[in-house]
Amino acid sequence: MTRFIAPLFLVVFALLPLGLTDPYLLNALIITGILTICAMSLNLLLGFTGQLSLGHVAFFGIGAYVSALTALGFDVSLPFGLRVTHEGGAPLLGFLLAILITGLAGYLIGRLSFRVRGAYFVIVTISFAEVVRLVALNWVELTQGPLALTAIPNMVLPVPGLGDVALRSKMQNYYLVLAVAVASYLLIARLVASRFGRAMRGLKENESLALSLGINATRTLTVAATISAAMAGAAGSLYAHYIRIIDPDVFLFSYTVTMVIMVVSGGKGTLAGPLVGGILFGLLPVALRPVMAPEAQWIVYGAILIAILFLMPRGIVPALEGLGERIAARRKAGDKPTDVMPAKMGANP
Amino acid sequence: MSTTRGNAILNVEHVGMKFGGLTAIADLHFDVQESEILSLIGPNGAGKTTAFNIMTGFLKPTQGRVLFRGRDLSQTRPNEIARLGLARTFQRTSVFADDTVRDNVLIGLHRHGDDTRAAALLDRLFPTPAARRAENAVRERADAIIDMVGLTARAGDKAGSLSYGEQRLVGFALALAVEPKMLLLDEPVSGMNASETQGFVRLIRKVRDEGVTILLVEHDMPMVMEVSDRIVCLNYGRLIAEGPPEAIRTDPKVIEAYLGKSAAKLEQREVAHA
Repeated sequence: MTRFIAPLFLVVFALLPLGLTDPYLLNALIITGILTICAMSLNLLLGFTGQLSLGHVAFFGIGAYVSALTALGFDVSLPFGLRVTHEGGAPLLGFLLAILITGLAGYLIGRLSFRVRGAYFVIVTISFAEVVRLVALNWVELTQGPLALTAIPNMVLPVPGLGDVALRSKMQNYYLVLAVAVASYLLIARLVASRFGRAMRGLKENESLALSLGINATRTLTVAATISAAMAGAAGSLYAHYIRIIDPDVFLFSYTVTMVIMVVSGGKGTLAGPLVGGILFGLLPVALRPVMAPEAQWIVYGAILIAILFLMPRGIVPALEGLGERIAARRKAGDKPTDVMPAKMGANP
Repeated sequence: MSTTRGNAILNVEHVGMKFGGLTAIADLHFDVQESEILSLIGPNGAGKTTAFNIMTGFLKPTQGRVLFRGRDLSQTRPNEIARLGLARTFQRTSVFADDTVRDNVLIGLHRHGDDTRAAALLDRLFPTPAARRAENAVRERADAIIDMVGLTARAGDKAGSLSYGEQRLVGFALALAVEPKMLLLDEPVSGMNASETQGFVRLIRKVRDEGVTILLVEHDMPMVMEVSDRIVCLNYGRLIAEGPPEAIRTDPKVIEAYLGKSAAKLEQREVAHA
């Protein structure tokens, strides 16, 4: 039953902009889509390996800055009289570099912290995000600090027959985000179903047993962290080229919290969970805004979150799965209502 | 490094293990020959499980070393030891409870046909024909292992929902999935009834006949006596006797340390049978 969530979402969100002209709503959908990609990437770690990255926003932010700086160019002096100058290049190159560099960052964080895991990984990721935020804030020569990087060019894609197309409209950006989201979803689905996914599941469920079966814990978790980070970096790049202005606030802890809320409410460790949670909590503020005062909005937001976790502790998607199983079981029982009786009678002919 | 004597597959060389002031194992020294079934016995707290954890890399000995096929295991991590062909089962936690029996074995087979070529990476990300073939091969292998341990009827059930005895079989199937050259079984028949135990004895023999060496830790004395080629007896972390079952059964030190009642019972049973 929950298998159909992702294809259903794809159809709905592929067709939605056709009947939607309100730029405010379209903007909300784009931001929600970008955050949902982040939630999917966080779910790869939190849901499928059980490791909580509370600094996930670091990868998002690094992706945004790398991509923006690649497109804008920079001129920084380093110690020992070194000087690095970059003229500015194609946003698409920025997108690819964002994936590469955040993947590398994820790899290093994984190598550093996965020998001990658990709480240590949580602490290392929080610290990493804070350090990166302070660097972005204080390395003014590179990042402009609180003055922000401005006039970041829109994403430019080479389209066969049309040459290079700059994605200026919201509609174009919407479909770009949708495409990256679909690619991310398929990548995770494929990974989880592969041998690598089995190794992740084994480690999460019973680490000693997994080790005794020859599963390399450090390597498996590091690979998961690398892919997860790279995916968040890709989302950061999309964000930078869409919003076109970024400042150190892209590293705010509240983004990480939003991602965790999306994953946990939707159902961690399920493929569709971050989609459901992401769209629900991405669009909830938009839905509440016209009907109540700003102060009340966040109270309702919190109340809905608490209600979901209280009623469905494992998240919406696992709860739906459970419901589906119960309905199937009842239907089965309904088909053969005299199941018990003939068995008894058969035993006593 | 080549210190393999005769055709020993595992050498435990003067291994000692101290936890703070407590000596769990003192100067343990024995070999396991290729394709034999060797049992490690001794009363509770004699150091059997500690010895097991040292042999599989979960603990590092404070003294001595363990050689597997001539290779020193003291610097080797558990997952690497498994890859060398030394697999184990656990006393308690032995399955991935939330997964089906088939998925359990598939996790165990995670490196079946291990391939590090770039093409293999692509196969992992895209459903190429080669990837599908590899996946089918892994599934066939899983079904063969499940069939061997006799759980085909439960292949689609969650491992956690199985009876205790069946869960032990899943644990055994997982160890087989590693395709080991040697298997260490930690109390494999505890929680099994008599007929399940008999089935398991047949299974162990079958695996041994395929060339897998077996090291067994077990409390079920009749089972140990029946299945073992050789027995090593520990008490208070020391080796007190080593030999074939007949010799161990009559060894006064063993009877005194551990077998007292069981041996008496065994003898009675034999008298009754005669």
